[in-house]
Amino acid sequence: MTKKSAAIGNEAPGMAPTIIGTRPVRPDGIDKVTGRARFGADVNLPGSLVGAVFRSPHAHARILNIDISKAQALPGVKAIITAEDLPVISEDMALINNQPPDFRDLSANVLARGKVLYEGHAIAAIAAIDEQTAHQALLLIDVEYAVLQHVVDLHQAMEPDAPLLHEHLITKGITPAPKKPSNIASRYEQVHGDVEAGFAGADIVISEEFTTQPVHQAYIEPHACMAQVAADGQTDIWCSSQGQFMVRAYCARLLDMPLSKIRVIPLEIGGGFGGKTTVYLEPLAVLLARKSGKPVRMQMNRSEVFKATGPTSGTFISLKIGARKDGTLVAAQGILCYQAGAFPGSPVRLGCMTAFAPYNIPNVKLIGYDVVVNRPKSAAYRAPGAPMASFAAECLIDMLAQKLEMDPVALRLLNAADDGTQTAYGVTFKHIGYRQTLEAARQHPHYSAPLGPNQGRGVASGFWFNIGGPSSAAININEDGTAVVTTGNPDIGGSRAAMAMMAAETLGIPYDRVQVLIGNTNAVSYSDLTGGSRVTFAVGMAVTQAAQAVIEDMKRRAALLWSVEPAEVEWLTGNAVLVAEQKQLSLADIAGQAARTGGPIAAQANINAQGAGPGFATHICDVEVDPETGHVKVLRYTAVQDVGKAIHPSYVEGQMQGGVAQGIGWALNEAYLYDENGRMLNPGFLDYRVPVASDLPMIDTVLVEVPNPRHPFGVKGVGEVPIIPPLGAVANAVARATGVRLFDLPMSPPSVHKAIKKAARRRR
Amino acid sequence: MEYCAPETLAEVCAALSNADGPVRVLAGGTDLLARFASGMPRPSMLVDIKKLAPARVIRQLPDGSFEIGAACPGIHIRADKLLGKYWPGLSEAMDLIGSVQIQGRATLGGNLCNASPAADAVPALIAARAHCRIVSVAGQREVPVEEVIISPGRTCLRQDEFIVSFILPARASRSADAYLRMTPRTEMDIAIAGVAVNLTLDDSGVITDSHVALGAVGPVPVFAVAASRILLGSSLDEEVLQRFRRQVSVMCRPISDKRSTAEYRTDVTAVLAARAARIAYDRAAADIAS
Repeated sequence: MTKKSAAIGNEAPGMAPTIIGTRPVRPDGIDKVTGRARFGADVNLPGSLVGAVFRSPHAHARILNIDISKAQALPGVKAIITAEDLPVISEDMALINNQPPDFRDLSANVLARGKVLYEGHAIAAIAAIDEQTAHQALLLIDVEYAVLQHVVDLHQAMEPDAPLLHEHLITKGITPAPKKPSNIASRYEQVHGDVEAGFAGADIVISEEFTTQPVHQAYIEPHACMAQVAADGQTDIWCSSQGQFMVRAYCARLLDMPLSKIRVIPLEIGGGFGGKTTVYLEPLAVLLARKSGKPVRMQMNRSEVFKATGPTSGTFISLKIGARKDGTLVAAQGILCYQAGAFPGSPVRLGCMTAFAPYNIPNVKLIGYDVVVNRPKSAAYRAPGAPMASFAAECLIDMLAQKLEMDPVALRLLNAADDGTQTAYGVTFKHIGYRQTLEAARQHPHYSAPLGPNQGRGVASGFWFNIGGPSSAAININEDGTAVVTTGNPDIGGSRAAMAMMAAETLGIPYDRVQVLIGNTNAVSYSDLTGGSRVTFAVGMAVTQAAQAVIEDMKRRAALLWSVEPAEVEWLTGNAVLVAEQKQLSLADIAGQAARTGGPIAAQANINAQGAGPGFATHICDVEVDPETGHVKVLRYTAVQDVGKAIHPSYVEGQMQGGVAQGIGWALNEAYLYDENGRMLNPGFLDYRVPVASDLPMIDTVLVEVPNPRHPFGVKGVGEVPIIPPLGAVANAVARATGVRLFDLPMSPPSVHKAIKKAARRRR
Repeated sequence: MEYCAPETLAEVCAALSNADGPVRVLAGGTDLLARFASGMPRPSMLVDIKKLAPARVIRQLPDGSFEIGAACPGIHIRADKLLGKYWPGLSEAMDLIGSVQIQGRATLGGNLCNASPAADAVPALIAARAHCRIVSVAGQREVPVEEVIISPGRTCLRQDEFIVSFILPARASRSADAYLRMTPRTEMDIAIAGVAVNLTLDDSGVITDSHVALGAVGPVPVFAVAASRILLGSSLDEEVLQRFRRQVSVMCRPISDKRSTAEYRTDVTAVLAARAARIAYDRAAADIAS
């Protein structure tokens, strides 16, 4: 498809990249398509046991007694654990570096202590000789409950007389602190300028209320792990996660173990999308392995994944924007309420920060509430918190465009954030490419294509921060001049290919001369987890720096071999060159004689990567709505994104298409359904409707490349932005196709039908 | 749980009648195996009929009727051009079940015996006036499809009986059927409403025979005789279609559940009924032209 490749000015002078920007086969591709790749459930150890989790059937209950005696007596049962087996975490051990998660909450989430807070909440775990025995044993665990009133609804949870999940939860962020506990865990306020003055100067004010449902990350691979504890306590954990160092740190803190006692071996990951940035089974498997003296394998089924692992928050958002007659935005204000699930920690703050970030609005005041409800503890999901807030904001912008009879892209261009724009959350933008995405969208043939009856076109934009952070990479040069790059980050979106390409480009050797490994926690330096769209940027920076260190070493070694000063040696396309004497040594030549120049050749880079470039996207969506059934068909979709520089364009496009697919599911059909007892009615893919391939058109991508000067190749994070605009783009398209605007997601056929029917009745 | 896969009718019958505990017949297994996986108690005997030749035939009999084996996978039914010519609606209904992968296993027999009110192929079979050949050690009987499901999950079959095949009646010329359903997704989904319409026209385009069946709007699929009568003697003009839609709505007795509200099911069934009638009519009329 269309590639709008802006020139990049970051490579070595005079050298056009030969590998960056190409589309080689990913190093892990063959293993994955042939089934050889090992995922979370694929480790087998002799004598291993099967673990299973006993889960609460109640949404909210006090645990009066847990009787494991009958289960314990079942032949084949080797260990049973409950919260009693977990160390109690004191207040001063609750946080690491004052950052979430709160390990007291995490501990109570992996095994309920005293109370269960949602259906599916783990209460006990069993290790037995096989699956059948483990499941038989689950039926023999006898828990006595005092069932409590539950609350799964966000509004009800915020009522003063709502059943309390945590009896001592006092809302943070309010002064003076409230005296009474509530389900509102915290209040966040973001103020920029003076909204009252801003609205006073507005010619038009639009105000609406929006709701979105919690949605699951819906990774294909359920959580799975294997744990083994040696007689001296040395613990190995094999698991699929977004970060082996995260698993090590979390397990160490939850189990009160020294980090050095735990080694985490990362396996391939069958999707994470943020949902595997925490632990559920791993600490249980370790405890069971320790107690039984045998390796223990655990794996969730899909129902457990839905009931007990993090979806992202459902929300209620009330927003208001003010503009002048010419379309200039002057003020925005609102309240955002996010469900955290059973424990505090929704991404409401990120929602407030991202909602209006694409726009230059002088006055913004947003208040966020983090609210606990009797649902699974929410977890990160691709651009956590942003899609819901952006949905509300982008619907209002579209309504403004309709009111002013302005083109929605023109309205956005008029208000677009630029380099130098100060955001409502404080940062001043640099090197951003938002305006360029709008221009590219406007020029795309999709934007001017004709529409048929019952069809509508929606536009929406989105912003995501992208991050850097602590990252490591090591490069070993083999005797034949091939290179092995080792990083500490699981490959979720093709990062092995990106790392190999950056290393090969820097070293000046072919892509297939580079291998990439993902090291276990003892084999490579610490790296933050794979998330925040950070790996290609931050770990890529470490890889590039390690490659540069290798080059410096190569030049030094060549100088030794030639008996000249290292400064006289240049490095050109994989060769050390002594220009004056027209001599040249390839990387392989130098590697082959490494013993003569000081022994094996390797380098590593351990950095805290700074200077991540923010991501912006603008999406165009065409839908056709069946006016008699309310069914929405997505006809055409184009995603335009500033990606900085696409290292491997196919995987960048894949990230964009995947984000769009998830966003369309969020917009149209995905929702958790509960019965009156707070039990989930649809814990499976049949009735939790992520889109299937035939629900989606080919998702067109346009890569805008406004390079990030802080990265050696211009990279900006790309993985999260694309899930942000689809909610608004689909909603705006439906509004324009039907003349009826829906403010609540999902826009499933029954709800669209109802809205159309209601509007028709009103017209009559 | 014991498993057997007999290759003759007599062996199937013997296996069913000799079982000393609960027994289930397995065809494609797309419902049954999923239920086992979700914890449904397993029978003591599972009798797989996929190796039984008479349960795998698709053939047109000399009188013009069709016989379709109860264990024929959807992908074979869909691929049968002759069947598709005479019974396009049934062919489409079967094809809507599941996905490509599911189509390699799913069968008409399983779709009926699973006894779900939302089964896609069942309204199409009912509107087609299909009968099933039920066999046991005691002999054979033929039962109209609409009499098989007696309540959600239950059929009229005795434990020692099974359906070996379906018989679709010989087709008058200028006849055609159609099936439409509503699902939020395009595939891998379960109907929240389904309508099958089967029409025969005379030379002037007047409807002389009409059968309508509704899915997912009652505890069992609804054979909507009163609605189908409205179409008789008409050429499907607008006024008749309106009356037809109203009658279909009246015949819907849906529940509200996680998949849909009762109101939406009723509204959409009426919409689909009119659309399916139009498709069946146009198909039958095209037969006049030819």
